[in-house]
Amino acid sequence: MSDATPAATKPSEANASAVDKRQEQSAWFRFYRRNGRALNAFITLMLVWGVFAVNNPVLFLNPIFYGAFLFSVPATVFLTTALVFVIVSGELDLAFPSVVGASGGIFMYMVMSGAPVVGSFFVTLGFGALIGLGIGLIVVYGKISSLVATLGLNFFILGLVNLLAQGRTITAPEAVDTFGYQLFVGKWELFETGLQVPMHFVWCLIWTLFCWVLFKYHRFGVRVQLVGDNSDSARQMGINVERIRVGVFVFSGIAAAITGAVLVQMANMVWFPTSGKAYLLIALAALFVGGTPTWGGVGTIFGAFFGALTVTLIPSGAVGAGFAGYWTDFLFGLVIILTMIAHRFSGARVR
Amino acid sequence: MAASGEPIIEMRNIVKRFGNVEALSGVSMTVRRGEVLGLLGDNGAGKSTLVKTLAGVHDPDEGEIIVKGKPRKPWTPLAARDAGIETVFQDRALAPQHSIVTNIFMGREMTNWLGLTQVQKQVDEANRLMREIGFTSKVFNPESTVGHLSGGERQGVAIARALYNKADVIVLDEPTTALSLTETQKVFRFVEAVRASGRTVVFIGHNIYHVWEIADRFFVIDRGREAFEGEKSQFGGADHLIELMHQLAETGQADVGSLTEPAA
Ligand SMILES: Nc1ncnc2c1ncn2[C@@H]1O[C@H](COP(=O)(O)OP(=O)(O)OP(=O)(O)O)[C@@H](O)[C@H]1O
Ligand SMILES: [Mg+2]
Repeated sequence: MSDATPAATKPSEANASAVDKRQEQSAWFRFYRRNGRALNAFITLMLVWGVFAVNNPVLFLNPIFYGAFLFSVPATVFLTTALVFVIVSGELDLAFPSVVGASGGIFMYMVMSGAPVVGSFFVTLGFGALIGLGIGLIVVYGKISSLVATLGLNFFILGLVNLLAQGRTITAPEAVDTFGYQLFVGKWELFETGLQVPMHFVWCLIWTLFCWVLFKYHRFGVRVQLVGDNSDSARQMGINVERIRVGVFVFSGIAAAITGAVLVQMANMVWFPTSGKAYLLIALAALFVGGTPTWGGVGTIFGAFFGALTVTLIPSGAVGAGFAGYWTDFLFGLVIILTMIAHRFSGARVR
Repeated sequence: MAASGEPIIEMRNIVKRFGNVEALSGVSMTVRRGEVLGLLGDNGAGKSTLVKTLAGVHDPDEGEIIVKGKPRKPWTPLAARDAGIETVFQDRALAPQHSIVTNIFMGREMTNWLGLTQVQKQVDEANRLMREIGFTSKVFNPESTVGHLSGGERQGVAIARALYNKADVIVLDEPTTALSLTETQKVFRFVEAVRASGRTVVFIGHNIYHVWEIADRFFVIDRGREAFEGEKSQFGGADHLIELMHQLAETGQADVGSLTEPAA
């Protein structure tokens, strides 16, 4: 392309830099600009943990406490990291709890009928992707606000599951302790420390890394960010905005399916129609505590991970630290509001 | 000289409506290979709409777009870029929360077979492009956030992006608006360099003296219709062109004389 080089511009360029005494922003400044929100989320987690630990050092040195913590945290991690894509793209997904429930049901139906756990898991992923696709198509091509559409779809899918289940639960005790079960939710001890690490925590770490690469380096993630930042610009530059928007709902559906399949296994292969319902506000809170702003275009996967850890720690930690149960919501709200203020220091929206 | 090249883009009877506003009522514009075409008209005449139709952003209600001899349907922004048409839109089409590199490669990321962006390659290429158009400064680098740049600097990002793809046709919608004198000169040198390399430019501007300086041919639209067009040599100078545009604005038509019959 050197054929287009306007030779005449070279002197003025040299001039400009000779006169220009200003400095480029330092690498540290840029690091904070890029990662400040994830850093804030991490600091929040450390502070919450610190306050609880100081109140009850004995409990907070006990590996059993952490074993229970690691056991319950992955469900929120799977959901929150996927929601980053949705929020960053400028959409909102309130339908994932129903997909969690429906996927768990499908998974358990297959396992109960004697299908192998691992195979059932992958079929369930496909099912989640399919529901996500349906939701995405309705939101994007129906041109409905995703808040309203997914709110309605959440009730609709939940209702459908309830109608089909007729209040029944599905159990498959014979599938407990099979190879697949061990692979997904089995436990192993970390270096004889007494800390029981559940496999689904390992999987949620791998999932988080996967989401990070997808979000930051893959064409899909980059385009999700561009669409959320300025969808008109993205469209004018040839990005298929509709396909990206549908894509984030498919991704959210997959994450919900993983969560659904993991939740029933955590409950030793028991499914009831409303599993997943509790995660709506938890996962959204984790997302925002994690530092992903509401306005779209930017977000952080690691921040979401720390956010998920924080919101999981608050209820169990508060009780453990000696706060009476009815403090939990109060502390929850306090942490959300304080982190929102902290995130303000990482900058308002750039236009 | 190059103005007598064969048609590279033919837009025929383009009609574009927004609700009950007819922004374009049957405009036919031909762009020839190797020329700099000055597209002129009052505010709201439909220049940007025409250019956005050419870029595939607007789907015309009627008419056809023929690029390099082939009628194109469906015509999308991606199809336009693939056909070698790069546009610097009037609103610049940037993502302000993202870096200069990310903006330059928006829609055309350099990726490996897994679809992962090649970060270092993109940064190097961005650096090269920015130097190429003389768009360098100590206060920003390819990693800087576009939203922190000045208006002129943002323009530089949009122009660098148009350069990256080695396009045959570069469309510039008011590229010099809000630019300082030196920056405007840079844009002119850029346009000249692009023409010198045998490529084609469509240039929209409100400063007729500016457009006069760099364009080979002029195409004037008025309230969604073609008013007149002509080679530079058919006008008696920039003032003549301005005079005609004044007439057009006041009476709705211009006394164009021999201009209505293009020489070529
Ligand atoms: N997306 C849109 N929706 C509705 N009307 C539009 C839209 N885009 C353009 N118009 C209308 O079409 C007409 C032509 O607009 P256009 O932007 O093409 O003008 P222009 O010649 O580029 O003007 P300017 O020199 O001010 O940029 C205007 O009357 C404008 O209001
Ligand atoms: Mg315009």
